Amino acid sequence: MSRILAVAFNTYREAVRDRVLYNLIVFALLIVGSALLFGQISLEIERIVLINMGLTSISIFGIVISIFIGIGLVWKEIERRTLYTVLAHPVRRWEFIFGKYLGLLGTLTLNALLMAVGFFAALLYLSHTFSRPDLYILVAIYFILLQFMMMTAVAMLYSTYSSPLLSSIFAFSTFVIGTFSEDLHNFAAASQGATKWIMTAVAYIVPNFSSLNVVSQVAHGTPVLGALVLQNTVYAFTYSVVLLLCAAAVFENRNFK
Amino acid sequence: MKTRTKTTVFLLLTAGLIAVGSISSLLRVTQLRAHSTLTDVLFIPSAKAVKRMSLGYTGLLADIYWTRAVQYFGSHHVVQAQEYDLLSPLLDITVTLDPKLEPAYKFGAIFLAQKPPAGAGRPDLAVEFVERGIREFPYDWHLYFHLGFIEYIERHDYIAAAKAFERGARVPKANPLLKVLAANMRQHGGDRQTARLLWQNVYESNPNKDIQENALEHLAALRYDEQLERIIGRVEAATAKLGHTPSDWQEVVAAGFLRAIPIDPKGRPLLLMPDGRVQYSRPDDFPFIQLGLPKNRQLDIAAPPQ
Repeated sequence: MSRILAVAFNTYREAVRDRVLYNLIVFALLIVGSALLFGQISLEIERIVLINMGLTSISIFGIVISIFIGIGLVWKEIERRTLYTVLAHPVRRWEFIFGKYLGLLGTLTLNALLMAVGFFAALLYLSHTFSRPDLYILVAIYFILLQFMMMTAVAMLYSTYSSPLLSSIFAFSTFVIGTFSEDLHNFAAASQGATKWIMTAVAYIVPNFSSLNVVSQVAHGTPVLGALVLQNTVYAFTYSVVLLLCAAAVFENRNFK
Repeated sequence: MKTRTKTTVFLLLTAGLIAVGSISSLLRVTQLRAHSTLTDVLFIPSAKAVKRMSLGYTGLLADIYWTRAVQYFGSHHVVQAQEYDLLSPLLDITVTLDPKLEPAYKFGAIFLAQKPPAGAGRPDLAVEFVERGIREFPYDWHLYFHLGFIEYIERHDYIAAAKAFERGARVPKANPLLKVLAANMRQHGGDRQTARLLWQNVYESNPNKDIQENALEHLAALRYDEQLERIIGRVEAATAKLGHTPSDWQEVVAAGFLRAIPIDPKGRPLLLMPDGRVQYSRPDDFPFIQLGLPKNRQLDIAAPPQ
């Protein structure tokens, strides 16, 4: 465990040194701030605009960071040949993968929290006070973190066997398909025969990001069911672990000679 | 001055000069575009397609489309447009993306219902739109009020308006005014007092300044119609007494039916037409009036509420 944490800490340290990361955070905070202006040119939806725009920015920028840093995590180590130094130490390959994953996830969580602080400051500026429905926004942010958890695992899996360019294309495509997961389930339910089985399999294989998106719901102050929070947590955790185990299995069998 | 500083100053000055050129060319482009015939285009008219393309971020996209609908309405309203072709598709996309965006139903229906240039002049679409909102918010009495309002003010369908107000009155915590309005519709059809109640409620229940201004204009129009109706009554009485249509206001005054030549709310004398009609000299100064319009414009106006 200490070896995984050591890799995670170094990954986190490396990620926070990346200037691109800060640019993205600043840009996301600017968008949150601009939501205040955007709301004023609309009609009666200032608060809804702020919540939608703020949470969407946190989600999109986090997904972008998870894809573009996630795909380079393993590849960079191979390219710079620092992987050999790491593996020369008593660090097993699967520990390396899990450590890298946790390091990036920690970075993403910190980024999301920073953006969330900016977002809540903007919300306080607009509403002058916090109310009970604002608690539901915390649930939406938690779900966004679960998205990051799954998306980072996806990016890690691709990065263990593919080039950064292909990995980014695969990861982004997986994200897009994941947002259509409910449609895939509906399509599977409406199909028959082999198509039904294939579509059902695809619907369960791709990450289900639809159920993790409650931004609109919380923007209207609608509470999120406790059971949904629990089930989504279990789903995101198990899905990520499965992908990480697959990534570790691929990485164990890679020949670096 | 060091060479590096000189270079920096030179580069910044050059950048400043080019920026001035760039801004002036942009100003020219803006002027050219203002004179061009740019038409309104909705690149993706299908609400379902837009929803698919939103990647799950439907809330934000709905806000963008709602803002676009508001801006579209505002820009057309300012220039007194007669056509609002994109308004209905924009509203449809908005509520398809976010069916819980309540302001879209309330204001969108008003935008759709009112006659041009105040709105799109499509009360049929407005009614459909509010019914769609009622399906999403069955316990919001405001939407039933809007439905009854459109049925009464725009469609002059008093029975449908009464039914809408009755439906709203059954909603828990509904405004008691709905019962009064429903009863008024059933009893008196559409009298001016009911119209005043409706617009007064619109004014009081909407914090939005534009909506309030619109309601005030309607309330003023009702007041002007009422005043003009009294004057028309005097002219009719003078006609009956004289046995012919008075040729001018002096004749009506001389007959004792008026103390002076009547003036409009802006202080201009009203016109007494040869056929006995009373008309404003500048009717466009008084939006939403139903009396005192030129003969050719009276054809577009539905029968005034009696």
